[in-house]
Amino acid sequence: MKFADEPTAGLPLPVLPGHSSGGRLERVLRAGGFAVTSELAPPDSANAEDVYQRARVFDGYVDAINATDGSGANCHMSSVAVCALLTRVGYAPIMQISCRDKNRIAIQGDILGGAAMGVCNMLALSGDGVQAGDHPQSKPVFDLDSLSLLEIARVMRDESRFQSGRKLTLAPKVFLGAAENPTVPPLEHRAFRLAKKIAAGAQFIQTQYVYDLERMAVFMRAVEDLGLLDKVFILMGVGPFKTAKGAEWMRNNVPGMHVPDALIKRLAGAADQALEGRNICIELMQQAREMKGISGVHVMAYRQEESVADMVDRSGVLQGRTPWYPTRDQTSERITQ
Amino acid sequence: MYSVRLWSIRRARGWNLFYNGLEGLLVRAAPLLRAIGYSRLERPFAFVERHVKGLLFDCKMCGQCVLSSTGMSCPMNCPKNIRNGPCGGVRANGHCEVKPEMRCVWVEAFKGATHIKGGLDKIKVVQAPVDRRLEGRSSWLRVVREKTDPVVAEVKK
Repeated sequence: MKFADEPTAGLPLPVLPGHSSGGRLERVLRAGGFAVTSELAPPDSANAEDVYQRARVFDGYVDAINATDGSGANCHMSSVAVCALLTRVGYAPIMQISCRDKNRIAIQGDILGGAAMGVCNMLALSGDGVQAGDHPQSKPVFDLDSLSLLEIARVMRDESRFQSGRKLTLAPKVFLGAAENPTVPPLEHRAFRLAKKIAAGAQFIQTQYVYDLERMAVFMRAVEDLGLLDKVFILMGVGPFKTAKGAEWMRNNVPGMHVPDALIKRLAGAADQALEGRNICIELMQQAREMKGISGVHVMAYRQEESVADMVDRSGVLQGRTPWYPTRDQTSERITQ
Repeated sequence: MYSVRLWSIRRARGWNLFYNGLEGLLVRAAPLLRAIGYSRLERPFAFVERHVKGLLFDCKMCGQCVLSSTGMSCPMNCPKNIRNGPCGGVRANGHCEVKPEMRCVWVEAFKGATHIKGGLDKIKVVQAPVDRRLEGRSSWLRVVREKTDPVVAEVKK
């Protein structure tokens, strides 16, 4: 999809009527496209090139890249900094904001700063507890939770003021997202929580890893029954397992992971487990595309980021569409010349 | 105490009724409370709340009690202080990701809310972030003042 009003790399697109942001992700979703997003593992270095390298592996296959904010409560380059680097060359990051490390003063500052740098998408998260990461001795902040953060960001954007009431001179034009986990307890109330997030301001949702499509289908039916399908874009979280053992380890040790036994059995029985893991991921993407109310997939391939492009390609979910990347249009111009 | 907390949530309906009654009583007593002086009552009220609610709900004295909106399960016991839970890390057995030995405060909250009349509607209201200035102060007195003092109610808005 190439837009007629494509700006210079690094600048957001014009904000269309009815849109909240000048972002490509919102454009694609509102145009009815099936979106693909992925996650960039921020480096443990002060090297900008590390970020660019990690972004380039997605070129042509993702509509937006999540810049994680100390995910798993581990220390890495900050999401704001990763977004600064990515927007410089025109990538469309989704800036993750976790409530674990910053209070509302810092977070609102980041929302303004992020938007000023050209970040068009922000994802509000409560964040993992500090005990999960490499600095369990640190102070958990949790001044806000993901919902109150969403509400504050929405008010900044739509009412042009801080939580304090003080006016902004220019509101941040951002497309607001949130996470949800449809596969863990309390299953019967997860859709209600989604409704709450939408009420607070969520416009798109990236779910946790979904390996159990039956549970996902139940969740989606509940979402439909609550009349939420046309109020939010849901991107289903998927990811490849490298080994059956790894899958089992993640199930037991990563909070919020629900992996059915049948899937682990299938992995264990495969000759090439890594390949089978990717095949399962591809199937999940294809099934997500068929499921009513799902507008895209969020591919989380931690330490296997280089496999994302291939999986998206083989899944065919983009249906021949090439998402923007910094050199996309130069290449096609060269071809047409 | 954890076991008492779980017991209180199982009896959410009764505690909610008791709370509504108490609130009505305090609101009716507002002229008297005002005559004595709210600032003079602050410390004794906070003392009672700290101990009574501490025993029953493991109250953390956030000063802005939302128990009746959270199925009588105090959200400040969530290690992430989530006022609009549950998060995505709930374990398959319904326990907390941070404290595996504890049941998720929000799984319990939804359970408690099903016992309370209109509880599931109240739990769906988005709770504002905590005002940290109110920590340690009496929540009951604040409610009475909001309900009876037009100036305080206006400030709250």
